Amino acid sequence: MAYRTPLYAAHQSLQARLVDFHGWEMPIQYAGILPEHTAVRTRTGLFDLSHMGRVRVRGRDRRAYLQNLLTVDVEKVPQGKCRYTFFLTEKGTIIDDLILYSDGEEDLLVVNASNREKDLDWMKTHLKGDVTLEDETFSVALLAIQGPRSVEAVRRVLEIDPSALGYYTFGRFGGYLVSRTGYTGEDGFEIFVPAAQAVGVWDRFIGSGIAPVGLGARDTLRTEAGMPLYGNDIDDTTTPLEAGLAFAVDLSKPGFIGQEALRAQGSPSRRLAGFTLETKRSPRHGYEVLHQGRPVGTVTSGTYSPTLEKSIAMAYVPQELRKPGLAFEIDVRGRREAATLVQLPFFRRKKS
Amino acid sequence: MRPDDFKYSETHEWIKYNPKSKEATIGITDYAVKQLSDLVHIDLPKVGDSVEQGAPFGEIESVKTVADLVSPLSGKILEVNKDIAGDLDTLKEEPFEDGWLIRIKPSEPSELESLMTKKEYEEFLESSEEEKEGEKEDEVDEDDFV
Repeated sequence: MAYRTPLYAAHQSLQARLVDFHGWEMPIQYAGILPEHTAVRTRTGLFDLSHMGRVRVRGRDRRAYLQNLLTVDVEKVPQGKCRYTFFLTEKGTIIDDLILYSDGEEDLLVVNASNREKDLDWMKTHLKGDVTLEDETFSVALLAIQGPRSVEAVRRVLEIDPSALGYYTFGRFGGYLVSRTGYTGEDGFEIFVPAAQAVGVWDRFIGSGIAPVGLGARDTLRTEAGMPLYGNDIDDTTTPLEAGLAFAVDLSKPGFIGQEALRAQGSPSRRLAGFTLETKRSPRHGYEVLHQGRPVGTVTSGTYSPTLEKSIAMAYVPQELRKPGLAFEIDVRGRREAATLVQLPFFRRKKS
Repeated sequence: MRPDDFKYSETHEWIKYNPKSKEATIGITDYAVKQLSDLVHIDLPKVGDSVEQGAPFGEIESVKTVADLVSPLSGKILEVNKDIAGDLDTLKEEPFEDGWLIRIKPSEPSELESLMTKKEYEEFLESSEEEKEGEKEDEVDEDDFV
């Protein structure tokens, strides 16, 4: 039995292609992955992200609790700021990647839908002192507006002006928590809407002509932006340092789970790298990456890139081979395709 | 849109057989194109290659999937549509005419009898959709408990 977000009927009426995504019936696409991807890169797109886990952390001891669980120094995150961070195992490997919203008495964590239950169990195991957890996933809907025209879209539709919000900052506007965050590499906002109001807000955006965008294009957009996907590029066998995400880890802050192991790892022996291919045949998760004929890694994420009009991939390679411009091959269903290692991200938006 | 005089396979290829020249032109149906959506790449064989009924003769790729192109007939390839790879939108607009993929000389014309008529193909599509719906209806959901 799959969960449905408050927008399920809206997706049906838009004739979305729905699939079971980690126990949620979610839209993979509406008009098609390519047009939806293009809409976000050139104008705006609207996403239903209500399947993502949202957990409020309250109580007098919440800061000490989070300090132990997260890789960022929670004392240094002012009210209204977001931080990308991790839950780690004792080995320093990743349980989940998530975003902390430093929100006064009720800090918010936004976690992957695929890990919500695992994360909650883990958070409960580590409860200490006066701390309560509340899972808001089913009572609060989460919509995202992403694309170069996001500010205009939000102003026009919600009659609020979030343009003063800096990147990874949030505030409350017209009763909604709005953050300048996203998973596309474009400007955009994520909007937290009480479930009962979700359909109304969604319909207003759709009515204004904004394209609905499904999980298919969400994946092609984030891959172009070089953003990792838990389960593909990061998991409980990878550390943030190997994945090139050291910016989200503060090894000098007070102790947290996994800190010792990361300190001991020092400089990782393998590193996540990006590759571009001249072919449009897509490398997919698990395909072999070769250097001078020898297998050196496997693809973690791969897709056709609509923006670059070629295929792209990410894979862990030995750190000494992580040189932009170096030639590799990727075995795409029996045929070795030429691939070049590149700096991530594959695509960077022009900042205005 | 689907031509009445074509034959169709369960793997969504169409076949236009010319009894005078004894040649068959093969492509994929509108249904296949719709299922794939977002086409990005196609791999076709070469003139002179052999094909076998039921065996793959190429690959078609969309953003999310790769599917084999399965030959509905055995024979030898006489001509390959060279333009289609650079213009996959043709398959969306005209899968039955300009969207042809290969033209072959069938080695076993009797194989044509195992293929479906347009009517049979459309019934086949309907019953596959019903099967999918049926599977969905078997799933209990929270409304059932009201």
